[in-house]
Amino acid sequence: MVEVQFRLREDEAVNDPAVTVDAFTEQTNASAVRVEPGDDARALLPHLDRIALVEVNFPSWTDGRGYSSARVLREAGYTGEIRAVGDVVIDMLGHLKRCGFDAFAPAHPLNPADAQAAFDRWDNVYQATADGRRPIWALRHPA
Amino acid sequence: MYKYDQYDQQMVDTRVEEFRDQVRRRLSGELTEEQFRPLRLQNGLYLQLHAYMLRVAVPYGTLSSAQMKVLGDIADKYDRGYGHFTTRQNIQYNWIKLEDTPDILADLAAVEMHAIQTSGNCIRNISSDQYAGAAADEIVDPRPYAELLRQWSSFHPEFLTLPRKFKIAVIASETDRAAMRLHDIGIKMVKNDAGEIGCQFYVGGGMGRTPMIGPMIREFVPLDQLITYSEACLRVYNRYGRRDNKYKARIKILVHELGKEEYTRQVEEEFAHLLTQGIEPPLAELERIKPYFDDPAFEAGASDDLDLSDPDFRLWVERNTHAHKQAGYVIATVSLKPVGGIPGDASADQIRLMADLAKEYSFDELRVTHAQNIVFPHVRKADLYTVWQKLDEAGLGTANLDSVGDIIACPGLDYCSLANARSIPVAQKISERFGSAEKQAEIGELKLKISGCINACGHHHAGHIGILGVDRKGVENYQLLLGGSEGADTSLGKITGPGFDEDGIVDAVEKATNVYLANKQGEERFLDTYRRIGMDPFKEAIYG
Repeated sequence: MVEVQFRLREDEAVNDPAVTVDAFTEQTNASAVRVEPGDDARALLPHLDRIALVEVNFPSWTDGRGYSSARVLREAGYTGEIRAVGDVVIDMLGHLKRCGFDAFAPAHPLNPADAQAAFDRWDNVYQATADGRRPIWALRHPA
Repeated sequence: MYKYDQYDQQMVDTRVEEFRDQVRRRLSGELTEEQFRPLRLQNGLYLQLHAYMLRVAVPYGTLSSAQMKVLGDIADKYDRGYGHFTTRQNIQYNWIKLEDTPDILADLAAVEMHAIQTSGNCIRNISSDQYAGAAADEIVDPRPYAELLRQWSSFHPEFLTLPRKFKIAVIASETDRAAMRLHDIGIKMVKNDAGEIGCQFYVGGGMGRTPMIGPMIREFVPLDQLITYSEACLRVYNRYGRRDNKYKARIKILVHELGKEEYTRQVEEEFAHLLTQGIEPPLAELERIKPYFDDPAFEAGASDDLDLSDPDFRLWVERNTHAHKQAGYVIATVSLKPVGGIPGDASADQIRLMADLAKEYSFDELRVTHAQNIVFPHVRKADLYTVWQKLDEAGLGTANLDSVGDIIACPGLDYCSLANARSIPVAQKISERFGSAEKQAEIGELKLKISGCINACGHHHAGHIGILGVDRKGVENYQLLLGGSEGADTSLGKITGPGFDEDGIVDAVEKATNVYLANKQGEERFLDTYRRIGMDPFKEAIYG
């Protein structure tokens, strides 16, 4: 298993082996699942209460389906770990975090200083997404 | 026009630093060209045949004089003294050095400009009607909605690595001057029976190798759901658009394969869910943006008189001006298509001159058109002769808007690494063949568009006459298409038959115009005659 290089959660790391989405829906004792780009993350929604870890795989970082998968899970109320695995590169980190990822296990370890800069890059953001940050429009129009 | 606040400025400044950092990692070898490519593309930086090309965003085609001036200065400082205005209402520079790009972006950021998402598989610069805010026929100025979408689409974290590029246009009049239905999403601002303004959504249009006219998927999206509905359209595409074949990855293929009904059903389902997520900016945000697009301080009672005694001026007024909503004013288009010139090119001096003229005579505002020309949106008729004289002295007085000389052409094989054939020399030859003012006047409105490959950046499908450059066994070959249109009556051109060499295609265009002139009835345009008499008479003349 590839090591988690960055984890933005305080709770204890989950190390259960992740099974495929198909296996997960049949295997009632599994608590970790791996979502591939072609999987429908909504298939997991009936089972959120027993999931502790979702690995979202990026076989290539330019395939952006995983971002939607993570948001779909967060929008449905999933609060467990969402871990980006595979071809995770520096320039994705901030965007992944915004879509609800809170752990990162790049296939090739990243330069820690560059990674930190990428996480901290944007002081403000234009959109409301899964990270709960107040977008610029909310700052302009405080309720 | 729109002005950045501290937040907008911070976003572009941060982007400059991010890109500076990416270039640093590339130059140091930390990033390979393969890894760097998608990053530079998201910032409009292409590697072309001879050099890097940088494409700068001109949101909805609107520029201030100060911005235009900086575009001229960049051409001098970092390029070879000219810039190229594009069919996406942007400008691109063809001779850029990689190590200069962060500084160019910093120069742009100083005048509230950027190159964010002008390329790459993400939401591109939002385009709009070049006459927005000035035309008499619009129900509302479309640009505040385009600006709202610009902010939403900038660095949208979910949609930066879509299956393919994604283009959005917003218009607000029946006369479609932005080829709205040939976009991934076309939005038409409309008024419903209750008199409320809303957005009509057309999804899945596009050119490229499989041209499609976007079907309407929703008649009316209320203004306070615009972003949410857009997000639903994009999410369905991001999740289900094809990624196995880049030629089938545009949203038009998804909409086509699922069918309009099924795509719409999925969007509506996602939309219903997203409405519960609180992602829509409040209407107060639109209200904040709108006043930036208020009318300038027009002079009440400005005279409608125009002295047309100078015949050259008269011709230019007839061809290159459009009715303004305000009495005493006119919309004037500067043609960047001089006889024998390169469509869309302007020198640094010409760019700065247009900036100065706009400052003095057009309330500090210019527009870039998707036909690669520049518009002065608000010129007092009393100033028009002076403006034209100054343009004409600088080689910018060509009177050929929407005529056969006003050719749209992509950069083609002279610059582009994707092209199969050169576009520019063909455009130049046609422009020379039809160079005389009499000839152009006789032919009237004729939109001619040239693409150097099947990707259709020169919009050849939508030309009354379209030309497509292909590679035939290592030789450049040009196919002729007739009958395309991008207006409210959008249609796709049909190929006449076997292709031609460079001189042959120019002859074929002339034969086609001769068929038109011989058959035209009354006030018919080329397109009208073609639609009435069909392809056969043209084929006969061209191949017979």
